[in-house]
Amino acid sequence: MVLGTYKDAICARATDKSIQKVSQDGGIVTALLSYALDEKIIEGAVVAGPTEEMFKPEPLVALTSDEIISAAGTKYTFSPNVWALKLAVRQYGLEKVGTVAIPCQLMGIRKMQSYPFSTRFLADKIKFVVGIFCMENFPYASLETFINEKMHSSMDMTLKMDIGKGKFWAYTDEEELSIPLKETHGYEQAGCNICKDYTAELSDVSTGSVGAPDGWSTVLSRTENGKSIFDKAVEAGLIETKPMDSVKPGLGILEKLSDGKKTKAVDEIKKRVEMGLPVPF
Amino acid sequence: MFEKLKKLLGFGSKPKIKENPKIKENPKVEAKPNEARKEESQQGVEKVAEKPRLGYFHLSGCTGEIMSLSENYDILAEILTNMVDVVYGQTLVDVWWDDENPMPEMDLALVEGSVCLQDEHSLKELYELRKKAKLVCAFGSCAKNGCFTRFCRGGQQAQPKHESFVPISDLVKVDLTLPGCPASPEIIAKSVVALINGDMDYLQPMMDLATCSLNCGCDLQTIVVNKALCTGCGTCAMACPTRALTMNQGRPECNKNRCVKCGSCSIHCPRTWFPEDRIKQDLGL
Repeated sequence: MVLGTYKDAICARATDKSIQKVSQDGGIVTALLSYALDEKIIEGAVVAGPTEEMFKPEPLVALTSDEIISAAGTKYTFSPNVWALKLAVRQYGLEKVGTVAIPCQLMGIRKMQSYPFSTRFLADKIKFVVGIFCMENFPYASLETFINEKMHSSMDMTLKMDIGKGKFWAYTDEEELSIPLKETHGYEQAGCNICKDYTAELSDVSTGSVGAPDGWSTVLSRTENGKSIFDKAVEAGLIETKPMDSVKPGLGILEKLSDGKKTKAVDEIKKRVEMGLPVPF
Repeated sequence: MFEKLKKLLGFGSKPKIKENPKIKENPKVEAKPNEARKEESQQGVEKVAEKPRLGYFHLSGCTGEIMSLSENYDILAEILTNMVDVVYGQTLVDVWWDDENPMPEMDLALVEGSVCLQDEHSLKELYELRKKAKLVCAFGSCAKNGCFTRFCRGGQQAQPKHESFVPISDLVKVDLTLPGCPASPEIIAKSVVALINGDMDYLQPMMDLATCSLNCGCDLQTIVVNKALCTGCGTCAMACPTRALTMNQGRPECNKNRCVKCGSCSIHCPRTWFPEDRIKQDLGL
């Protein structure tokens, strides 16, 4: 299946205005993790927290909704959240941990849960993982290239970065800057080129902007646990929804992008195997 | 927490294990010379699948593995009394090998620790267990790849000549491995249950890794980063038991002063091997 196994596909956004203000799209990750925290489904969440340098996140063990909200918004570079899961369990002593993960991070988390070789009493403490759609990830220096060299702006002036409508966007106080997405190609990390997972197929719930109108997100509920938490958050009024087939552009575009990523990965894998390089997939 | 694990592993759904009075013999009996055993083992074949005969061997390791095994508090009694038959092991059953008591045959030998080339007792025990065991498991990273004992260089009490410690696969054929420093209680429970259920699919990665003696923090750079595989997910740093690994600009960085060469990082990396089917099965996807 091109979008992986899922129970429901729905268009959604957080109802909380304070989340809407800071979120990348529908604020689903923030709303879900905050809800899970408030309902004590989790005791803390590992998120991509802010640092002194703009758009250079670091994993943060968030223990309050405010801390989760502080991490809202997409950062297009590394935040090794999986690393901090151990921190959350060992140093913070959390028994129930949630996190947000991109597909490769989910692969690490799920592999550890199925084969917990040297992670004593960690696997069963991870109770809720929200996955985000991911085409590729950039080294920080690539972002600098886009913003500084190609857009002639600066990281400090940038308030938000976004990818959509075929462009890489950077918003400042005064301007909406963009470059064609084509110009970012070749700047992503090489490890992404063999990844076949666009929609975080191993998550409990996965979400992303593609398929949904501006300010909304597409949500795929995958596991029983994920569906139950999402449904309860909707019931509690923290998330509002619209049927997927009532919105534009709809699931078709998501399927197209997901299929595209898979096809490109298969080609790259073939190429690497021909070169005699190891590929795990 | 083990309720979930038990459910996951299917504990409690196997009452038939208990209807097996014949295997309730004293393990010590097995350690005595017993010519008649060969015939008995013929009839016992069927039961072996249900209740494997296990030996536990302690070579040059820190006892971390057996402590980890016994950390399965809730299920340990069930495992040791009803699920496996421990026929050899000083700590677990007070049985060991000497000239009067030959080593018993067993389905699985769990070997903890690397082997010291200057320790004739260890060498003798290792070669003998290879003859007596159907499967030999390098239990823990010391047995698998040498781990911490790779730093040994002799010149110390109690025996200054003991200087060369090698993975057991350097000397004998190893069938599977449970790496880790130590291997976690959960992976031990899961593997034992897989063995009892004959779930060889689950154990396949352990077999594939059996003779892999690489895998210290520096190898992560050559086998993952240098091969264009790393995505900076942080799984290696999570798995590192000594916090030798940190993530810097999305790539693992190994502090060699902390690394104990256990290989947990490479084992856990989703880009060294990836059990997609098992993961989906476990998640119900």
